[in-house]
This record gives sequence, C-alpha cells and structure tokens, in this order.
Amino acid sequence: MSQESTATPRMTAEDLLGILRTCAGVADDIVLDDKALDTDFGSLGYDSIALLEVTANLERTFHVDLDDDAIKASDTPRDVISMINSR
Amino acid sequence: MNRRVVITGIGVMAPGGIGTKEFWELLSDGRTATRRISLFDPAQFRSQVAAEIDFAPEEHGLTAREVRRMDRAAQLAVVAARQALEDSGIDFDRMNPHRTGVTIGSAVGATMGLEEEYRVVSDDGREWLVDHRYSVPHLYGYLVPSSFAAEVAWAVGAEGPVALVSAGCTSGIDSVGHAVELIREGSADVMVAGAADAPISPITAACFDAIKATTPRNDDPEHASRPFDDSRNGFVLGEGAAVLVLEELTAARRRGAHIRAEIAGYATRSNAFHMTGLRPDGKEMAEAIRAALDEARLDAGDVDYVNAHGSGTKQNDRHETAAFKRSLGAHAYEVPISSIKSMIGHSLGAIGSIEIAASALAIENDLVPPTANLRHPDPECDLDYVPITAREWRTETVLTVGSGFGGFQSAMVLTNPDRRDR
Amino acid sequence: MNTSVIVTGFGVTAPNGLGTRDYWSATLAGRSGIDRVSRFDAGRYPSRLAGEVSGFAAADHLPSRLLPQTDHMTRLALVAAELALADANVSPGDADSYGMGVVTASSAGGFEFGQRELQNLWRHGSRHVSAYQSFAWFYAVNTGQISIRHGMRGPSGVVVTDQAGGLDTVAQARRLIRKGTDLVLAGGVDGSICPWGWVAQMAGGRLSRCDDPGRAYLPFDARAAGHVPGEGGAILVLEDAEAAARRGAGPGYGEIAGYGTAFDPRPGSGGAPALPRAMELAVRDAGLSPGDIDVVFADGAAVPALDRIEADAITAMFGAGRVPVTVPKTMTGRLYAGGAALDLATALLCLRDGVIPPTINVTPEAAYGLDLVTRRPRTAPVRTALIVARGEGGFNSAMVVRRPDDE
Repeated sequence: MSQESTATPRMTAEDLLGILRTCAGVADDIVLDDKALDTDFGSLGYDSIALLEVTANLERTFHVDLDDDAIKASDTPRDVISMINSR
Repeated sequence: MNRRVVITGIGVMAPGGIGTKEFWELLSDGRTATRRISLFDPAQFRSQVAAEIDFAPEEHGLTAREVRRMDRAAQLAVVAARQALEDSGIDFDRMNPHRTGVTIGSAVGATMGLEEEYRVVSDDGREWLVDHRYSVPHLYGYLVPSSFAAEVAWAVGAEGPVALVSAGCTSGIDSVGHAVELIREGSADVMVAGAADAPISPITAACFDAIKATTPRNDDPEHASRPFDDSRNGFVLGEGAAVLVLEELTAARRRGAHIRAEIAGYATRSNAFHMTGLRPDGKEMAEAIRAALDEARLDAGDVDYVNAHGSGTKQNDRHETAAFKRSLGAHAYEVPISSIKSMIGHSLGAIGSIEIAASALAIENDLVPPTANLRHPDPECDLDYVPITAREWRTETVLTVGSGFGGFQSAMVLTNPDRRDR
Repeated sequence: MNTSVIVTGFGVTAPNGLGTRDYWSATLAGRSGIDRVSRFDAGRYPSRLAGEVSGFAAADHLPSRLLPQTDHMTRLALVAAELALADANVSPGDADSYGMGVVTASSAGGFEFGQRELQNLWRHGSRHVSAYQSFAWFYAVNTGQISIRHGMRGPSGVVVTDQAGGLDTVAQARRLIRKGTDLVLAGGVDGSICPWGWVAQMAGGRLSRCDDPGRAYLPFDARAAGHVPGEGGAILVLEDAEAAARRGAGPGYGEIAGYGTAFDPRPGSGGAPALPRAMELAVRDAGLSPGDIDVVFADGAAVPALDRIEADAITAMFGAGRVPVTVPKTMTGRLYAGGAALDLATALLCLRDGVIPPTINVTPEAAYGLDLVTRRPRTAPVRTALIVARGEGGFNSAMVVRRPDDE
C-alpha cells in the first residue's frame, strides 16, 4: 500500500495548500497563498492533530512513509515541500 | 451535605482480573495483563498491543439471547453489575425499584458490535448505501448506547433514574459522580453505578493510530504500558467494566452492610482548549481536584494515595504531574501516586470506575498498587509514582482522577467512612 | 434553599427553521420540514422521509478550521450554541470561565463521520482513517467542541438516554447550577441521516414507511404507523436566577420548575409503565398540582401501543380532554437527543406568546381522550407547560416550565 513507487509525483505548493485546506481548513485572518509558504504551521493556526491529518494525507497521496513527528508546528509549508520532494 | 453516599458492593471485569479478588491480586502483585491483540488480527496497525479480558459471557450466566443482543461492553457491564449486587448483600427483590437507579459510563458505546454489523451491511466497506436486509434487530441498541444502562436496569430491577453518561475517558468517574448526586439530592436511595467499554476493535485501533496516541511497543507487549517512565510512548488500549452499589450511609449501616468506602467528593472541569490536547500547566485538572477536596471538606494534606490517570502518553503524564503539584502543593511530593493502567491498560470510559474500585480496595487493604514498568522515571514526572512493587500504606483517603478527550478533567475523593466519623 | 433556575436564551436548528424566528413562525403556521431524504439516495430503503435542516451551509456559520473535524450534527450544535449565547446576551469571555458548563444529550454521536471512516478503514486500510475520527464521532463531541469554542471550563457532561436525553441534560444543568455553577448550556442537537445511521434506526422498528409527508408521522391518530426521523434540536442557556439578575439579564423565558424521571419495568415482567410516575414527579417537584398545568407537549411516539400509554398517562393525571396537548414535532420529525430539547424551547415560546402550536396532519383518535391542538395554533393564557419525553429501552422523563412572572 505504501511501497515507494518510481512514479511518485512531485509536490507543488498548490498541492500542499490544497491538502491543508481540505484536511485542516484555514484559520480566521489567514490567507493561505504563496506568502504563507514561509510561515510556520503554528502561526498559520494548525495544531498537532491537524498536522497529523495532513501528514497522513501526504503519505497516502505521495506514497511516502513519514515519521510520527515529521511535520512540526515550527516547520513551514516550504520545509514540507522540500522534504517530500527530496524523497 | 446531609446524605452521605457509600460503596457497599463492587463488581469488576478487568483484564487479568475477573471479579474483585482476582483484580486486586493482579494489582497487588504488580502483574501486567497487556499482550499482543488477539481480538482481531492487528498486523496492519501501528499499535498491536492491548489489555484484553478472557471473557466467555456464557460462563457468567448470560443467556444466548443476551449474548446476541448485547455488545461486549454491555455484557461486561451486566456481569459486573451482578457481581456488585451479590457483593452488596442487598436483597434486590425487597428493594423499592422506584428508588433504585442506574448510571453507566461509556466513552465509545457499542463500537465493537457496530463495526461488526457495519462490515456485514456494507460488505466490508464496498457499499456506501449499506444494505438493510443484512442488518440485525438489535442494531438500534448498538446505535444508541443508553441500551447499556437499560440492560443493567433490567438485570438489577431498577426503575428509578437510569442514564448512560458519556464524557469520553472520564465517563467512569462522571457516571459514579452523577449517581452520588442523585442519592444526595434524594432522587434515589440505591444506585448501581459504573462504566463499561470494549473498544479493542479495528476502528478504535485505527483512530488512535492516526493520532499516535497508542504505543507502538509491539515487541514487548507485557511491558508496553509505562506511565511516568521516560521511555513511555503512548497508552495501551484496554477493555473492562466496574460497577458499584452505592447507598446512603445511614441506610447502609441500618442493614448492617459491609461499607467499602465513602465517596466524599467529586468534581469535573473542562479545559476548553482542545479535543485531544492538554495544556502543560494542568490547571483545570488541579481545579477539579481542589473542588472535589472542598466537597469532601478535606485538605490536600489529608490525601493518603492518588490513583493517577497515568495513561502513559507523553503529554498526559506531564500534564498530570503539573496538576498534582498545583493542587496538592508540597504534599504532592510526599503522597504515593500510581497508575494501574500500567497493568490493565486504558479502557477509555470504563477505566474511571475500575479505578474507583481499585481506590476503595486500597482503602480496605491499606495497600497502594504500584505503577508497573516504571524503571526510569521521566525527570519531569518527579513525584512518588510507586514503581514496580505495591506498598503497604495506611490509606484512609484516596484521590482518583481522570482526563479525557473533549477536555474533561474529573476528580473523586474516597475515604474510609469510619475515619470521617472520628 | 433550592435555587431558581431560569432559561435566558436558546438557539434552535430545526428542519422547519434555522434560528428561533424562522422556526417559531413556521411552527405557528403549521409548516413542516419533513420531505424526502436529500443527503443520500434513500430510494432503496423502506423508509424514505426525513426532517432535514434544509439550506444549512456550515461554512456560512462556522470557522473553516472546524469543518474538517466535525460531523454534520456537531456543526448544527455549534450553531445552536452560538445562537443561544447571543439570545441570552452572554459573552463567555466576560465571565468566570469555571462558572460556566455545557451538558448535551447524544444518541449516536457523529454517525455520518463514523460511517465515512469505517468505509475508509475497511475499503482502503487503517492508514486511511482520519485523525479526527478519535473524537468526531463520539458521544461527548458536542459538549467538548462547544466548551472549547466558548471557553467554558466549568462542570460539563453528556447524557445518553435515547430520546429522553434533551430533558435529562436540562435537569443535570439545573443540578449543576444548584451546586454553584452560574450558567450551563444544555440541550441536544442530533441526527444520523446517513445510510448507516438510517439502517440502524430502521432496525428499531419504529420508522414510518409512508412516502407522503402529510401522512407519515401521525401520533394519536388511528393511522399512526411510526415516526419520521429528523435532525437538529435546541441548546438552551440556563442560569441561576440571581446570577442572571446580577448581570441584568431580565427574567428570561421561564423557570425550570420541575423534573421527574422513571424507568419502565423489565420487558415481559408485566409491570405498569413508568411514564405516569415521571410526570407526577415533575409536577410535584414544581410544587404544583395537575390542575395548574396549562399545556402538555407530548412525546407522541406514533406507535399505537406507546400512544396508548401516553394518552392514558395524560388522561389519568388530568382527566379526559381536560388539558390541551400538542406534538409540534409532527413538523420536524423526531430529532432523537435533540427532540425533547426543541420541545422545551417550543414550550418556552408558547409561554412567552400565549399561543399553543399545532399538531399537524393528525386526526385525533377519539378513544385516546385527548384535547389535541390540531390544524392551527390555539391562543390561551399559558403559565405552565409539561414536556414529556421517552427513549427506547424504557426511559421516561418529564419537565415543567413556568412563566417568569408566575411565581
């Protein structure tokens, strides 16, 4: 189910922002656009359970295995994009 | 508070401990009942460990129809209720059924039965429009878990106030607290109160996997539940039930009942913070503890033993340590504290009632059960968590606490009633 | 020394109206919210009608962050709670947060959310189950989410007593207030209108199989043949009357004057139904006698044997035809844990306006001996109302509310 596939798609910023919107919504007063890519998840209003939901979705969508704490509140969306695409 | 409420009967269905005697022996010996899951094939799950009961309902007097009709949790509740009744020595045929009530706590109700039936009607998830022609007549009783309280009421012949209480993992404390209140206010004279959960099912395992709440220590199931230990990495799912017979003190004395303990105080608060998360300061649990002690008219220094929530997750055990320090002050460092979840796992809503039973038994036996598997304490959990071995200890007042999803924080104070009369 | 507990506000999410104003005008006009199930294709099932809260777009009412983690019925509950606080003019941030609690009734939790995750598990595997499943479906979800959203840290809880829960939570809230909590949000908002919930409800054997919304749910009618399920309910703000006065809240809608609950004898034991006892306890608890009750909001099961029990209980207490009886849930369907809470809110509106809402579509079976208010609302001086609720398994509860100026 989660075997590494050679056809693993590369993740774009829009992919990640879309997953964030679907899995965790968008906090009031936050605009989830390119400018948000360098803001940490905590500041974007995401808590640990939201990040777990996002992590699980990334694992399924991009066929990767991530550690339990792969995405921390102090990480930014850009950190996650480079982490996924470096796999 | 004029009407005082005492425990006069205890029934327990716990992993490794069917019945009060076996249950207390397990705790006194510090043995663990955690193992690789056998109720379903756990191979695909992150956490494959649980504390299961070897339970054959027919051996406990349930009829074939009762077994078919009731979810496993309801079966455990009914068996525990019958034990409690027998233990109380009350002749229920001579009770006034109108003055006898039931409260049962459960966090997840008939989740096991529901999942089994879901698999059938959905053809293992293939159909969204599930097929009613494959459903069973008792499915409504699984849908709405007040059926558990109804089953217990039928089993004991109660016709007074009857309810299921479901405040996540504090349900077992809140159910008993609710019952105590009903006796105090005069709505009932006898309450059969407790809790039951049987959540060791694929869907429960999957949802706790998803939030990494359960331990992945699959290579060492017997030592997987490690509250307050530095190496702890999640709780171990458990199952079980405990049911108590509660009576008003003077009535209990009048009939010469064996009084196991008095329930002197109870309080619950919400953290209003997060459905699963806890703030590290433990403020709301501390507030619940203080309120429960107030109701019992006792001081922090009166507490002889604390039965901790001690689930063994990283965040809980620190949250709780902070709550003890905040509410008990310097006494927090002196009082023995332990988590029996180290031995019997975390049975969600049921555990609160099981821990009340353990607290009453601690008072009766002057013995503090240990925290098993606590070999290398987390430096941030720097209280006396009674590692490995039970401790003989004069125990007249016990504080038992719980913390649950939804933000619930509950505390209950039990005492030796003779002490309060002195 | 029993504190007077009053209702200072409530929020309604009902199939025939979102918000009190829409609901009450629809209810007085006899407008029903019962129609064909729209949320899934019910064509294959023997029961195909429901009371859905139509036109409810959660995103218009709730923060986006809450949507992925909530079942439909929790969204309705969050809206009802917010409306209730606004109606009572309470901003929880202003007050002592330990002085405010939440007690809600539940029947099946977030069952639609649960069905989706069961499907993810069994169709795709355990790693496809949502992290939110750990709390989104369980019975305590509404209490938890409401307490978090409004920062209420006082004593809270959840009661499950099938369809009697709406009253039992209000009784529990009154208990908490009498013990010292100033304000408690209580009531129920519920609903399991998804295929899995539908099949489980059908198993109870009480769903109507009629396809005509005007004939499907007919309590106390010779044609009664089960009920239509619905979704929604009400959340009420209960306060210590003195605490409410201190904050200048006014007298509110009415006082929770009495409550009683009683459980039926074991099936097959031949014992008498407990409903009369619950009603007597409630009236006595209010310090009233039956003659003081001006209207009865009946449970209205629309199952002949259950209608008979309720009609007998009413006529035994009041005499045949001696008290107006109504079942406004004929316009919403039965809302499970939300139904009795909505009836309570409706009774308070009835006290406020002196008008009894009708029981629609029903031709009363004369043998029941009830003065059923049918077709159109009836104007009457209403000082007290008795609300009756029953849950499957043997739960019976009753509550008396009294106008604020009728001490």
